[in-house]
Amino acid sequence: MSFIQIHGLTKVYTSGADRVEALKGVDLAITEGTFLGVMGQSGSGKSTLLAILGGLCHPTAGSVQVDGIDLYALGGERLADFRREYLGFIFQSFNLVPYLTALENVMLPLAVKSMPTAEKRERARQVLARVGLAARERHLPNQLSGGEQERVAIARALVNRPPLLLADEPTGSLDTTTSEEIMTLLQQLNEEGQTIVMVTHNPENRAWFHRIVSLRDGRLDTDEAMAPPKAQAVHA
Amino acid sequence: MRLRTIAFNNLRRRKARMAFLVAGLLVGIATVVTLLSLTSALTTEAEHKLDNFGANILITPQTEELSLSYGGITLGGVAVDPHELRQADMVRIREIPNARNIAAVAPKVLGALEVKGIRVMLMGVDPEVEFGLKRWWSVRGRALQGDDEVVAGISVARRLGLGVGSEVDLQGEPFAVTGILEETSSQDDDLLIISLAAAQRLLGKAGTVSLVEVAALCGDCPVEEMVEQIAAVLPGVKVGAIQQVVKTRMHALEQFRLLAFGVAAVVILIGALVVFVTMMGAVNERTREIGIFRALGFRRGHVVWLILMEATWVSLLSGVLGYLAGMGATWAILPWLAEHHPQLVWSFPLAGGSILLALVVGTLASLYPALHASRLDPTEALRAF
Repeated sequence: MSFIQIHGLTKVYTSGADRVEALKGVDLAITEGTFLGVMGQSGSGKSTLLAILGGLCHPTAGSVQVDGIDLYALGGERLADFRREYLGFIFQSFNLVPYLTALENVMLPLAVKSMPTAEKRERARQVLARVGLAARERHLPNQLSGGEQERVAIARALVNRPPLLLADEPTGSLDTTTSEEIMTLLQQLNEEGQTIVMVTHNPENRAWFHRIVSLRDGRLDTDEAMAPPKAQAVHA
Repeated sequence: MRLRTIAFNNLRRRKARMAFLVAGLLVGIATVVTLLSLTSALTTEAEHKLDNFGANILITPQTEELSLSYGGITLGGVAVDPHELRQADMVRIREIPNARNIAAVAPKVLGALEVKGIRVMLMGVDPEVEFGLKRWWSVRGRALQGDDEVVAGISVARRLGLGVGSEVDLQGEPFAVTGILEETSSQDDDLLIISLAAAQRLLGKAGTVSLVEVAALCGDCPVEEMVEQIAAVLPGVKVGAIQQVVKTRMHALEQFRLLAFGVAAVVILIGALVVFVTMMGAVNERTREIGIFRALGFRRGHVVWLILMEATWVSLLSGVLGYLAGMGATWAILPWLAEHHPQLVWSFPLAGGSILLALVVGTLASLYPALHASRLDPTEALRAF
């Protein structure tokens, strides 16, 4: 069985008399260790798919299973617990908390875990070092460049050692060079076994993925396997 | 890193909003503290004044003809009272169960004398007690000290042509006039006041007194009970309470207290509204942040806890600062309202109460914003997906 199983996923947004079908019965299976790119035009439903996969938004119909867990069958606050234990989010606009330092932002997912503070700090320092920001841990987000903020966001997504990393346009607001750096970092993480699902509409990112699915009008349009990924090709 | 680190850093690094929140609640708490401590200080002062305001218990011989004012004496100056109180019995007043509530026992002997062919009233008093008790007496010259001195009421002084420093002959004994009582518009204007011992000697009433005025110490002490207690230790005398004065003053104070509580309640309500509106604003401003917290796996309870924790700190700070500010304001205002040596009382119950009030108001006013924040849809909040 695949790591992620998506069956007949449908999402309908209603606003008064308006009814928008963002997803129309999407089926998708993702194996562990995949670097999956989800592409599509704006409004194709890719962000909705990511939100549902991330346990943030209840689907109208269909089911999502991650590691055998049926997400939307989880009651009460267990969905929040699932997000904490299974997922790392990387947002397009970084979404760092402005009044917390880089290190504190990275420690954020650990704030509600019972773990000695020293261990939390140690873990956060390790991931900050992993993304190359060991020297910037005391800086507030507004004292960091866009690329650095994105790295902090990635470190924050990794600190809990989640089985699944979800990224929504992580390079959307970065210049080409910085984008390359971030994609390289994600690719390295993937090489270490990290499953990543990344939403992007930037065709330049295609070369980094193992597999690309594209959505059109809420339906799965294409599903291509890509090989070999860009970085491997470069290094080889 | 714990939730409290997040809350603390938010407050620490967003000082302007924190200051506004603290100020909103602080003003409310400070007002309450000011009003309550002012009321308390003024009540204490009024009670203190009451102690010195005069007697509120009157002990007179058991005689029906006696008037309540200055027993045994009529304006015509004829002593009709054959009964007198025995001075030696008066020590028993100090033995009643409520003896600690007795501020002063002022025995006096009254009688009529003829001076320079004019009949005048003579009152013998314990000078120290009497002049302490009759705070409204304003003496030109000085009060009595020795047994050969006299203080004259303004009317009798005019009639007898007495002035400070002059001498008057009473029953053949020379008395120095040390002071003249300024006009009191009462019977006191017609009195010649000398020491108790001298009056007893001149009036031939050795060992007896005509009446005793007792000043009970506090506003809410049990005057009726004390009356009964005195009556019990002094059988055969008449003990009465002059409650009017006490009751009127306590009523006025009670009304002031009610007003203070009313104003305090309104101010606290406004403070709570300020906290509520600011917290609501803060939650709306932090919508995205709350979305991040939720996306990162914070439970609703964590979000509520986070916001309430911030509210608690803000409230605690407001409570402490509000108490200090209120005491400061009281210290500044009190001299304008009180007449005598106002005492600023650092009351632990008031300090604890104001901090507790700040905590309750601050937390309650933040409860809805906190719940509102926890119910935010993470995707809506993030607007990233």
